[in-house]
This record gives sequence, C-alpha cells and structure tokens, in this order.
Amino acid sequence: MTNREKHYIRIDSRHDLFDLKLKEVWRYRDLIWLFTKRSFQLSYKQTLLGPLWMFISPIFSSVVYTIVFTDIAKIGTEGVPSILFYMVSNAVWGFFSSSLTGNASTFTANAGIFGKVYFPRLVIPLSNVLSGMIRMGIHFIVTTALLVYFTVQGAVTPHYWAILLIPAVLIWLGIMGMSCGIIISSLTTKYRDLSVFVGFGMSLWMYATPIVYPISQVSLPWLNTLLLINPVTMPVELFRFALLGKGFFHPVSLVISLAFTAFVTFFGIMLFNKVERNFMDTV
Amino acid sequence: MGNKELMIRLRGVKKKYRLGRIGGGTLKADMESRWAALRGKEDPNTIIGEKRKVGDTFMALNGIDLDVYEGEALGIIGRNGAGKSTLLKLLSRVTAPTDGVIEMWGRVTSMLEVGTGFHGEMTGRENIYMNGSILGMTKAEIDAKIEDIIEFSEVRDFIDTPVKRYSSGMFVKLAFSVAAHLDSEIMIMDEVLAVGDVAFQKKCLSKMREAAGTQGRTVLYVSHNMNTIRQLCDRCVVMDEGKIIFDGDVEKAIELYTAVTPQKLPGKYIYDKTYHNDLWKHPDFTIEEMHATDRVNFVFDSGEDILLSLSVSTKQAFNSVKFRFEFSDMSENKLGSMWSHGTLSFEENEHRELNAKISSRLFTPGQYKVDIVAFLTDAFGEDHFLDGVYPGFYLEISEKINDANPFVWHREWWGSLRLQEFEIE
Repeated sequence: MTNREKHYIRIDSRHDLFDLKLKEVWRYRDLIWLFTKRSFQLSYKQTLLGPLWMFISPIFSSVVYTIVFTDIAKIGTEGVPSILFYMVSNAVWGFFSSSLTGNASTFTANAGIFGKVYFPRLVIPLSNVLSGMIRMGIHFIVTTALLVYFTVQGAVTPHYWAILLIPAVLIWLGIMGMSCGIIISSLTTKYRDLSVFVGFGMSLWMYATPIVYPISQVSLPWLNTLLLINPVTMPVELFRFALLGKGFFHPVSLVISLAFTAFVTFFGIMLFNKVERNFMDTV
Repeated sequence: MGNKELMIRLRGVKKKYRLGRIGGGTLKADMESRWAALRGKEDPNTIIGEKRKVGDTFMALNGIDLDVYEGEALGIIGRNGAGKSTLLKLLSRVTAPTDGVIEMWGRVTSMLEVGTGFHGEMTGRENIYMNGSILGMTKAEIDAKIEDIIEFSEVRDFIDTPVKRYSSGMFVKLAFSVAAHLDSEIMIMDEVLAVGDVAFQKKCLSKMREAAGTQGRTVLYVSHNMNTIRQLCDRCVVMDEGKIIFDGDVEKAIELYTAVTPQKLPGKYIYDKTYHNDLWKHPDFTIEEMHATDRVNFVFDSGEDILLSLSVSTKQAFNSVKFRFEFSDMSENKLGSMWSHGTLSFEENEHRELNAKISSRLFTPGQYKVDIVAFLTDAFGEDHFLDGVYPGFYLEISEKINDANPFVWHREWWGSLRLQEFEIE
C-alpha cells in the first residue's frame, strides 16, 4: 500500500509552475553521471590523440591569444605573464560558454530520446554542465603547472585563501550558463530563430566580458558600465583574484550577478519544465 | 487474488494536435490566443468540440476513460491513426494531455522503441547501464540484475563489443532484456516484439505473461499482430477515432477489429483484375464469378453445407484441373486448405459453371477469408498454377447452437477449427 502511494503520479493538463521537480532529478543522479561519462567516451573515439586533445586545444588558443592581444595589440595583462592570463581566461570563459551553448539545443538535439521515454529532462543540461566542469578541470592541470612555475618565479602571487572560493564560483558560473542555455532551448522548440543568434551572440558577450583584456585597461565609460552590469564579470574577476592575485571587485556588480543568476535559474527551470510537457508536439 | 488494486485510471483524457506546419502562422495564432486570454475571451484557436477535426487542430484522443488493474495484461488494438500510440505517449509521460486526468499508482517502464539511448560506439554492457538508467533504474539496481539481463539476452559472448557490430536481432534482444528486468509496476509496450527471431519472441511473450501473471505487474501492449495479443493479453480494448469503442474479452475485441460487416459479406463476387494474381496466372484460364447458390450472404450455421457456383472460362483445353480452397482467419493467418476430389477437363473457349459443396462442420463460429485457386497436375505429377482469386470470398459461421455446434466454442483456447471427434473407450 505504501509502495502504491510512493509511486503515485497524477498527470493532467494543468501544470504547477513552481514545482521545479528537483527531487525527481536527484533520483536520476546516476543517469546524470552516465550521460557525462558518455560524452567523454564518445568525443575522442576514432581520434589519434584521444584525450590529449583536451590539453592541446586550450594551450593552442591561449598561445594565439597571447600573440594577437599581447604581441600585436599590445594589451597589457597587469604584469601577469600573458600566457597564464589567457589560460585562466580561456578556462573560465570556455566553461561558461559551453554550459550555455551546450544546453541551448537540449530539446531539439535530444528529441529522439525525449520522444520515447520519460526522465526528468533537466538531467541532460546538468550532465552537460558537469562534463564542462570536468573538461575545465583537465584544462586546469596545465594551468596549475604554469601557475606553480610562475609563482616560484615570483611573477604572480595568488591569494591562497580565495582559492577555496573557486568551487562555489564554478557552480555559480555553471548554473548561470546552464540556465541561460535552457531558456534558449525552451524558446527554440517553437521558433528556431534564437539558436542562430546564439553563435555570434556568445562571441559578442565574450568581448563584453573582461576575458581577453583586464578590466584596468578599459577607459571607455560606457564599456565600464557594461562590464559592471555584465553578470559574468564578477565570477571571472574572482577567479583572477584568487589565482593571479590581480582582480577587480565591485559590490554592485556582485549583487547584479547573483541576482541575475538566481532569476535565470528559477525562471529557466520553470520554463524548461513547462516546455518539457508538450514540446514533442512541436519540435 | 480477490479484489485487485487499481493501477491506472484515465478520465476524460483528450489530446489535441495542431495540423499543418508550425511557424509563421502559429506565431500569429499564439498572439491571438494570448490577446484573447488577456481580455478573458474565448480562445479563437482552441475549439475543442465533439468533432475530431476542428479547423487546423486534430483530436488524437477524444475523451478516454479507462481503468486498468494490477496483474492485467491489456491489449490495445485499432487501425492506424486510431490514437493508440498517442495514448501510450501520454502514459509514458512523453507528452501531456490537453484535457482530462491520468492517475497511476506505480513506476512506469515504457518501451515505445527498442533500445532508447543505445549508442553504437558503446559496448553492450555500457548500453545496459545507459538504457537501464534512462528507463529509471539506479546503478545499484542494474548491478544487481546485470547477470540476469545478459543471460536473458543471449548475447553474453558479445557483451563487451560495441553494439554497432551487433546484428539487428542481437540489438533487440539486448534492449528487450533490459526493459524486461526493470522493477516497475507498469509496463507499456508498443509492438516491440515485432523483431527478433521466433524463439526469442516466444521467450519475451512468456516473460511478459509471467510479469503480469505471477509478479502482478500491469502490462499495456499495443500491436497489430493479433496472435501476440491473443497469447499475451487477458483483456483488450479497441480504439477508433480517438475513442475506446470496445473494452473486454480479447477474442470479441479481435473479432470486432477484424470483422467484415454484413454488407461486406456479399453472396456474389465478380472477379475483376484486383482479385487475380497477374504474375502467376495462366492467360487462358480465368475464374470469373462466384455466387452462393442458396442465399444472398455468405452466412451459414455450423454444419450447413456451403453451396456455391463458380464460373470459369478457358481459351484452350485443359485436363486434370483441380481446385483448392484456402481458409484464413480475419487476421490473415492461414488455417487450412481443402482440395477438390477428382479432376475436371475443359475444352477450348469454354465457359462453364461449376457447383461446389463444402461442409462447414469443421468451422467454428466466426468469420473466415477463403481464397480459391485452380491448378493443373501434369503427366509427371507436377502441379501448375492456373488462376487464383484473393480473396475468393468471406464466410461467416453463425453462433447458433445446433447438432454441429453443440456448445459455445472458445477460440482463444481451442483454435478456429473443430477437428473430427475421436474414439475413446
């Protein structure tokens, strides 16, 4: 009898907007992990270098950034060795950006599975964020090696106590990216226009975030304001503060970012759960 | 046993789909709907009426009420587009109803497709974990059952090979095994048994029967294969136009679904091109017409002789011609055939009426499809096809109790044919 009641479900046409179904997601935590594992198992199948690519690509892009922005454009990096500066920037932005773009097509990309079997759809975005986090961790192995080297050299002085904040900042950034992503994916089940925008929207957003330049190099007042309200600015700067010892902090910006994250998370999950009920009819 | 627990309850469940393309026009329609809702007016784009198709919307399900109990194996049959799959989708929670309430007291395993979430690059074992988790099992539960799953699937030797190297049969076996070993109270299946070899199909059916019978699970099964429905289900609903039009006994349901209505049991057939098999037909021998000799419909009581008259025309002479009647049930399963006794000879350019007499003693109440075939046996004893008509005619044996049909015949247990009595002392 208790078993019957435990598994009771009632499905009707109404939908409780404020039911985020997080408990159900927890019940499916093994599935989150399996999807994460699978994304790694599949990405480097039939490649020569395999998982080595996870190290090569961030190094390459950081080298390119160093050449373009430091050597050619002469943008300073506040005395931090520029290769290290860009390794950290790349890792942070890469994580945020993959959390967002990787989830912006959750519904359309998984229509095959979603159309055949029920599981809490939130499992997929969560596993995407988790694999992004692991990728970032791998990326950080190289970064840490550089960091240790430059610290010993005396070129940087990390704020060791602040490093303890990094996991929290990561979760904050990941959830923000995921929530933006699932909002986009919820909206694109019906009108696909938005998914076209995501690609260049993300690169615009990157330049509006202190990724390829430190905030101290900005002298345009309007850009300063933009950086202040950009919710990604604070997490990025906190990272730099902890690891590189140089970072910008502004309480207003922090409040904006946290409020923005809370809002998109709540709204995103709400919208996602609403769309998941019927999206198979329109996708 | 006694009073069984209710497992699934549906009340007034409706599902509306929008017809035509989505985009362009729908944004405008959405705006209209929103605007109407804001002003508290009736939405111009949602008119849920009694009719199934209203404007550019379509009622895939139009008011379903259904109760399913613990331990029941319920078959769902109906023509394509009757709403069967939509019903399963709602129960699997792939999509939500437009109206009405669905209540379930148990976990649901749905197999709307074989091997959901399987990935070709991953091994059989990895896919078991993936598929099992998608279907709602935890890792610990799969760990406990993986040996049983592998054993049942009969693919143990390949379990650590990527499934892209599997044959389609192996793939299906593995996928079914995972679903069959789930600890759910409700199993929903959509014709997944259609694949795999016969022996494995049998194994699946008995596994599912066991699930319903001994484990008291509830099985919902949609199929166009009446035989699997017969073997598995103890109750059956027939769906038509988004509604349930029959709910009850399996044989009655199948009969209703496959039955030809009396108007379609004519007593006379004129065989045009559509009846003949052009590929095999001898050009000079044609079965042209057929009619029942003593009635207007092919409806007979058990034991009555079926008298029919068959017109045949020839363009050349034929010797040693025989006829064969092939009997099928309405789900197109061949039941048996009878041969004409003796042979006939035809002359050149002949047009002849033949009279045949068939004893209906063998046939139990119900409907049959009968194909008529003419063939010739040559001097070497080899048979040559001359002409055949498909179907030759439909036949109904009434349920009247008489000497030849002394008691109610249970097809589901005894089959369609009543064989000769035997001696016992």
